[in-house]
Amino acid sequence: MSRFRTRAKAAAAIALAAALAVGCSSGGTSSAPAAATGNQDSVDAALKAGGEITYWSWTPSAKDQVAAFQKEYPNVKVNYVNAGTNKEEYTKLQNAIKAGSGAPDVAQIEYYALPQFALTDSLADLNQFGFGSFEKDYSASTWAQVKNGNGIYGLPQDSGPMALFYNKEVFDKNGIAVPKTWDEYIAAAKKLHAADPTKYITSDTGDPGFVLSMIWQAGGHPFTVDGRNVKVNLADAGTKKWTAMWDQLIQGKQLAPVKEWSDDWFRALGDGTISSLVTGAWMPGNFISSVTGGSGKWAVAPMPTYDGKPVTAENGGSAQSVVKQSKNPALAAAFVRWLNHAGGVQPFIKSGGFPSTTADLTSPAFVDQAVPYFGGQKINQVLTQASKDVAKGWTYLPYQTYANSIFSDTAGKAYLNATPLDAGLAAWQQAIVDYGNQQGFTVSAG
Amino acid sequence: MATFSITKPRKSRVLTGFMALYLVYTLVPLAWLVINASKTQPALFSTSGLSFGGTFALFDNIGQTFTYNDGIFFRWLGNTLLYVVVGAGGATILATAAGYGMAKYRFPGRRGVFAVVLGAVAVPPTALAVPTFLMFSKLGLTNTPWAVLIPSLISPFGLYLIWVYAADAIPDELLEAARIDGAGEIRIFLTVTLRLLVPGIITVSLFTMVQTWNNYFLPLIMLSEPKWYPLTVGLNQWSAQANGAGAQPIFNLVLTGSLLTIIPLVVAFLLMQRFWQSGLSAGSVKQ
Amino acid sequence: MTSTAAPPAPVPARRAPAARRPRRKWRGWLFVAPFMLVFALTFIAPVVYAFVLSLFRDQAFFGGTVFVGADNYTQVFADPKFWESFRRVLVFLAVQVPIMLVLALIAALAIDSARLHAAGFFRVVIFLPYAVPAVVAALMWGFIYGDHFGLAADLNHLLGTEVKPLSPSWLLTSIGNIVTWEFVGYNMLIFYSALKVIPKELFEAAAIDGAGTFRTILSVKLPAIRGAIVVATIFSIIGSFQLFNEPNIMRNLVPNTIGTFYTPNMYAYNLSFNGQQYNYSATVAIVMGVITAVIAYVVQLRGSRKEM
Repeated sequence: MSRFRTRAKAAAAIALAAALAVGCSSGGTSSAPAAATGNQDSVDAALKAGGEITYWSWTPSAKDQVAAFQKEYPNVKVNYVNAGTNKEEYTKLQNAIKAGSGAPDVAQIEYYALPQFALTDSLADLNQFGFGSFEKDYSASTWAQVKNGNGIYGLPQDSGPMALFYNKEVFDKNGIAVPKTWDEYIAAAKKLHAADPTKYITSDTGDPGFVLSMIWQAGGHPFTVDGRNVKVNLADAGTKKWTAMWDQLIQGKQLAPVKEWSDDWFRALGDGTISSLVTGAWMPGNFISSVTGGSGKWAVAPMPTYDGKPVTAENGGSAQSVVKQSKNPALAAAFVRWLNHAGGVQPFIKSGGFPSTTADLTSPAFVDQAVPYFGGQKINQVLTQASKDVAKGWTYLPYQTYANSIFSDTAGKAYLNATPLDAGLAAWQQAIVDYGNQQGFTVSAG
Repeated sequence: MATFSITKPRKSRVLTGFMALYLVYTLVPLAWLVINASKTQPALFSTSGLSFGGTFALFDNIGQTFTYNDGIFFRWLGNTLLYVVVGAGGATILATAAGYGMAKYRFPGRRGVFAVVLGAVAVPPTALAVPTFLMFSKLGLTNTPWAVLIPSLISPFGLYLIWVYAADAIPDELLEAARIDGAGEIRIFLTVTLRLLVPGIITVSLFTMVQTWNNYFLPLIMLSEPKWYPLTVGLNQWSAQANGAGAQPIFNLVLTGSLLTIIPLVVAFLLMQRFWQSGLSAGSVKQ
Repeated sequence: MTSTAAPPAPVPARRAPAARRPRRKWRGWLFVAPFMLVFALTFIAPVVYAFVLSLFRDQAFFGGTVFVGADNYTQVFADPKFWESFRRVLVFLAVQVPIMLVLALIAALAIDSARLHAAGFFRVVIFLPYAVPAVVAALMWGFIYGDHFGLAADLNHLLGTEVKPLSPSWLLTSIGNIVTWEFVGYNMLIFYSALKVIPKELFEAAAIDGAGTFRTILSVKLPAIRGAIVVATIFSIIGSFQLFNEPNIMRNLVPNTIGTFYTPNMYAYNLSFNGQQYNYSATVAIVMGVITAVIAYVVQLRGSRKEM
């Protein structure tokens, strides 16, 4: 029955952490120094001593990064494992944590999934290694996402400030100007589809990550987390602003009925069927490697807004975290530090990743790079500006991965039947509230 | 349709034509797979499903399938073979011994075994997956080949088939004679019984082989590292890596990998069809 | 369907004959013990463990494990998600299984009839899809079903139809098609091998009575392979109740239509691995297992009694 003992211990630790965290919103940027702040000596020592660690990641650059790291530190052996892409990896990580063994030392975890692992005491607080001092080196929006309470549960790797990617060729051919506001975007959608019924402004079959980012941009704050007290309001002003806008596309059948990331979708991006995407700054890498047919046709513009003033949100993006099961957390932390705060950043950028380190986000070599795929456009000028315009104060649910997994059961129906999003989100909210209360949170609606 | 005498049936074109339609249904998806496994990824996205498009890239795709990610596909193929040889092989051995024991011996608890095994046939294996996972994880067996091998060692149906088969295929007198000659029970099993059970054993081994080759649910739950994946789980991971930021869609390799996964079994079936079909019929004679 | 084990041969009409009385009565265990040992580890222990789990409730985040007695069971029986998924596999079973078995029977009879040109070729080719792993079949058909660029699109274009295999109204049919495609050959083989061993005298008697092809089928062949039909039916029922691989893989294509509780098995899986509700998941699995066992048992009883 060791599982129950571990659980009791974990619960006690969480209770303690929660008690410490009372009063601090988990999304807040900076607050009083954390309780267990250490320095980097133990990390440096571990790196010198060497050893072996396991790293789970699905980023395309992971293999090159690991090779580069091992070249620099030959006495450290990093076992790189691709344990699955996003939610598949989380399921496996969760399983290993539940089993009490088999988890890696370092894992790639997207920002939205971090709170869940942090809260179950599955990740090491990097304050103990003095990584809290790195705050100034990262964009504010990414640093906020690796913080939970006072704990630092990972170092940010990529970020996904949102922008508008559009097929310039299709836009020009149909006389569509790049929309600056959402109203213009809707008008463009109608105009395009009317002019050429095979073309759609974009596709969206109901992706919870996208939905939350859109609510984020509209100024919504659907989740408020305070220790084990959670408030869910998927009908606040910001949310409604977005649903009112997006409903027009869903109910007006202006969205290409193509599932994101399917073979059809990659095809549709290449042949102009889908003529724009509102998505994170990590998208260019995908365009270049997987949408070869669209080369030279696509361009990037700032994300449309409601009032024309620039504001954006984060979409996706992930951090690398040290898993508590690690037998050598100091070495694991050393690897994380190298990955996202030293030599690992350049290989990451080279593979098409969008960084979260301010030094790179402001370096002329990165910002002013002309990208041939986008017709020579200096797309990073748009994207780095976007990372400065991210709306502040966003918080994910402490069990966002579960919530996302049941999105299709509830809100997904609105997409399926072209019914109002508000009703779908209300059903999602109900399921989120019920689950949270069953699992030990005190969740209230509204 | 006219009636023909039973002894001298004439070939019917109508019937053949009708069955040919069904044959088309069976073959079209496989043909689709072969055709599309011969396309490059860009060609996949730009040509119609049932026509060859662009360059004929089948061999190129096969090469890529085997070299992608440091040849992980090879590893998966090897794992699958390991699971099939040890898992299906072990299942056949255990089922053969136990089926023979049930058919030819009376022993205390035999009724109990009968009831429990019969009950197990009705329990959906997937219903056991979650508790098995939790149990194995406590034993530290998850993410090891044992987690896949141990459950595939049991084939209640295999036991049942051998039981039925052995009951009639092995005359009691033969065993009695061997005992009078002074042979031990194990020796009798190895020298007398096994030979007589060959058609049954081949049939059981072929079906347990298909089962382990196609096994998906259990390894999906049990394994977290690709180095232990069988082909089925690996292919699905390839398919899933088209998702999300940092997506690396390799639809062409998923298709080619699928084709390569099917081929060994198809070849095995074709080569061994004489044996397993006689085993099946022999099994049926015994009813 | 799932990785369901499947038996090659029809259930015997009579029980295994009594074995001879051994002198040393325990020696039978020599052969049965290894099987039973592994069996205990992989079948009995998980069943017991699942039952134990089903009596508790464990919170994923805060709080500990509480003994709840039969609470989980009452919750399952009142759970609309469970019943929705159950009804779905029931509909699937009622439609797909008869179609699949009738097709398999026709194919077996045709191949056995000696009226078919190249019967051996037919037999092998129709059996081929069984060699295709369910995962591969689902991936492949998923591509084919793509209603924009897949083969389905080409067909619609050719025939001027508007069939969308992945739309909610077609989806269950589309999954049924995959399962049928995969398993007709397998069932055909069960029927065929039973047909092949019907004693010749029966046909001669029928011929003397002047029975035609169809009468021979109805009055000689079908009754003779009743056992095989019952077995095939039972396995198809078990397979339907366990439907998992095909919908779970196609969920990537149509998540809004195939939700997390599309089939009872998917429900149990997602409860465990997305929601960490292991106790409730075990309960769902047990309830499903008992229902399956009962229905399979009833079919077997009826099948072996009723004349066909």
